[in-house]
Amino acid sequence: MSGTYLGMPAFPVAAGEAVHNTTLRGNLRHATHTIRDKRARAVAELDDWQQLRAAGKQIKDDVLRHLDHYLVRLEEAVTAAGGTVHWAVDADEANRIVTDLVRATGETEVVKVKSMATQEIGLNEALAEAGISAYETDLAELIVQLGDDLPSHILVPAIHRNRSEIRDIFNEAMGRWGRPAPEGLSDSPAELAEAARLHLREKFLRAKVGISGANFMIAETGTLVVVESEGNGRMCLTLPETLISVVGIEKVLPSWQDLEVFLQLLPRSSTAERMNPYTSTWTGTTDEDGPRAFHLVLVDNGRTDTLADEVGRQALRCIRCSACLNVCPVYERAGGHAYGSAYPGPIGAILTPQLRGMDTAIDASLPYASSLCGACYEVCPVAIDIPEVLVHLRERVVQGGEVTRAGNRVTLRPAKGHAAERAAMRAARWTLDHPAALRAGQRLASRTRRFHPSRLPGPGKAWTDTRDVPSVPAESFRDWWRRTRGPGTAGAGNSSDSGSTESREGTK
Amino acid sequence: MSTREQVLGRIRRALADAPRGTAPARGAVDRDYLRVHGRRDAAQTADLLAENLADYRAIVHRATGEELPGRLAGLLAARGARRVVVPPGLPERWLSAVQDVERVADSAALTARELDAVDSVVTGCAVAIAETGTIVLDAGPDQGRRRITLVPDHHVVVVRVPEQVVDSVPQALERLDPVRPLTWISGPSATSDIELDRVEGVHGPRTLEVVLVTD
Ligand code: SF4
Repeated sequence: MSGTYLGMPAFPVAAGEAVHNTTLRGNLRHATHTIRDKRARAVAELDDWQQLRAAGKQIKDDVLRHLDHYLVRLEEAVTAAGGTVHWAVDADEANRIVTDLVRATGETEVVKVKSMATQEIGLNEALAEAGISAYETDLAELIVQLGDDLPSHILVPAIHRNRSEIRDIFNEAMGRWGRPAPEGLSDSPAELAEAARLHLREKFLRAKVGISGANFMIAETGTLVVVESEGNGRMCLTLPETLISVVGIEKVLPSWQDLEVFLQLLPRSSTAERMNPYTSTWTGTTDEDGPRAFHLVLVDNGRTDTLADEVGRQALRCIRCSACLNVCPVYERAGGHAYGSAYPGPIGAILTPQLRGMDTAIDASLPYASSLCGACYEVCPVAIDIPEVLVHLRERVVQGGEVTRAGNRVTLRPAKGHAAERAAMRAARWTLDHPAALRAGQRLASRTRRFHPSRLPGPGKAWTDTRDVPSVPAESFRDWWRRTRGPGTAGAGNSSDSGSTESREGTK
Repeated sequence: MSTREQVLGRIRRALADAPRGTAPARGAVDRDYLRVHGRRDAAQTADLLAENLADYRAIVHRATGEELPGRLAGLLAARGARRVVVPPGLPERWLSAVQDVERVADSAALTARELDAVDSVVTGCAVAIAETGTIVLDAGPDQGRRRITLVPDHHVVVVRVPEQVVDSVPQALERLDPVRPLTWISGPSATSDIELDRVEGVHGPRTLEVVLVTD
């Protein structure tokens, strides 16, 4: 695979390019609007949605506050049930552990369940370097893998591809990976799915090693949970002899009972279903049913650094439902690739810079990849205040401050003009060029207004101190607005300034 | 320092701001969400189960205990099933009317490839959830290993009404034992990965038939 996020342009550049790709925008728009509307109906079926959402938030906050305690409990329970627990501080270590585990089986092929964590750490690439072929078995991940592409959505990674593109990818690439696409393959979804079934069944039936993530891990019982639709997850979890699950440390839940909250929140937020077609739970190993060996690799990779940030740590509540992507006006136009990480959309904009740090141009630009309209917060089943974290991270980019990197407290210097500032300006310009997004929320009106005019003099001064060539003179927000938008648009500025609190509904 | 100690140490330092005792106090979670959505009697709950299963493209049948053997035989015949995999603890009587069908016993020796050559599987279940249209299998004797309900393309599952039917997800979890491997099934395998058009049966069974049996 040549697809990689490294060296990608910063968000505004990547987004700027994506906005001009009309196929991509068409595919994305259709998909996000469809899921968005379905989700709203599925959620409306439950009268107690807000109570479930509050409980989901509280359970996750309790987990984060006592994460060490719950992880130790989990380790005990998994071990007692016949599993082996491994700990990895970063991506390299996690990849090394998995590679060694696969090597120990003597196998050179593994089948994989769709997993954000393995995407995040670049496991497939690491395995390939070690001469191990990792086959993605989720249909969308297969499309991405065969197309030598990158996922662009948490739930539907190939959301940016339409049916004829998929047919071409199958015709062109399936033969190189195993069973070729059938002759005369049409672009009907049923035929495409059948081609994938035949292609992958070959792999499932001979697979000796399966690799998965997990949606939840239960500390009390040592149970892991995978939620899916196609059955490829079940195949990977039950047919191989060895199962390796790679899971972020924040995925732990205290008790079996807590699943009653998350198995109600996740499917409705994610696929807009009452329940997803398949959920598998397993506790260690079971005699003669499923894998004989089970390994759990607990991955930190920036999560403890994120935990150290009192505002930013709420991003670790995320259950990867993707609801925030589907309502985000910026995601809809920019597409998932522009975010330059496994986590696109609003959650990616706050999670990625925290997991990876904000040293690169793209990571420093991500907190600006939003119009702050607040729609993401409204739909989030664990009530992550994404706009709050975005503003907090912008402050870090511009003003610097204390952060934790690889477990150590370090003081971040204010960004040296260029990257962050350009990012800020371009992101702002994008927003201002899209009045619908601009009008979309009270949060935009209140938070950015509070942020820009009142704080600009502070960071503005810092910029002048540290910047080599001042390319943008320090000026008031109002002046900047007039200059960049022209005199004819003054009215728009006034109306957004006085944006009412009700207008948050305007994103629909 | 081991990686484990390193990660745990980082967590403890990261939480230096958070006042906490040695063990968490779970009282912080408000469980004021509903145990059941709506009010129904047992018959209405079964109806809701049937409705939600059908909504996710499962095929729902009803039968009395007496009718069950004939019904199961009919379903397998209609499908043209030649080979059927059967869990060890499936009640003998259930398949007593089945003729001209080779029964394949679920055993650890059965390879995935052999299983792939089987047409259908008949099982019981652990519990069924009306509000979500979900059947839960817990690998009990009448359900067998997880893979037998996965590899064959046709799954017939028998749900005893009312004793195996609950209203909601919270009620189901109370009844289930996390030590057993569980499979929750809501309709047949499905994907919406291609332009969000739903297609059934990508990897798991394409056809799920549910027989609600009342005595
Ligand atoms: S941030 Fe919230 S809405 Fe977005 S993916 Fe995570 S849980 Fe879902």
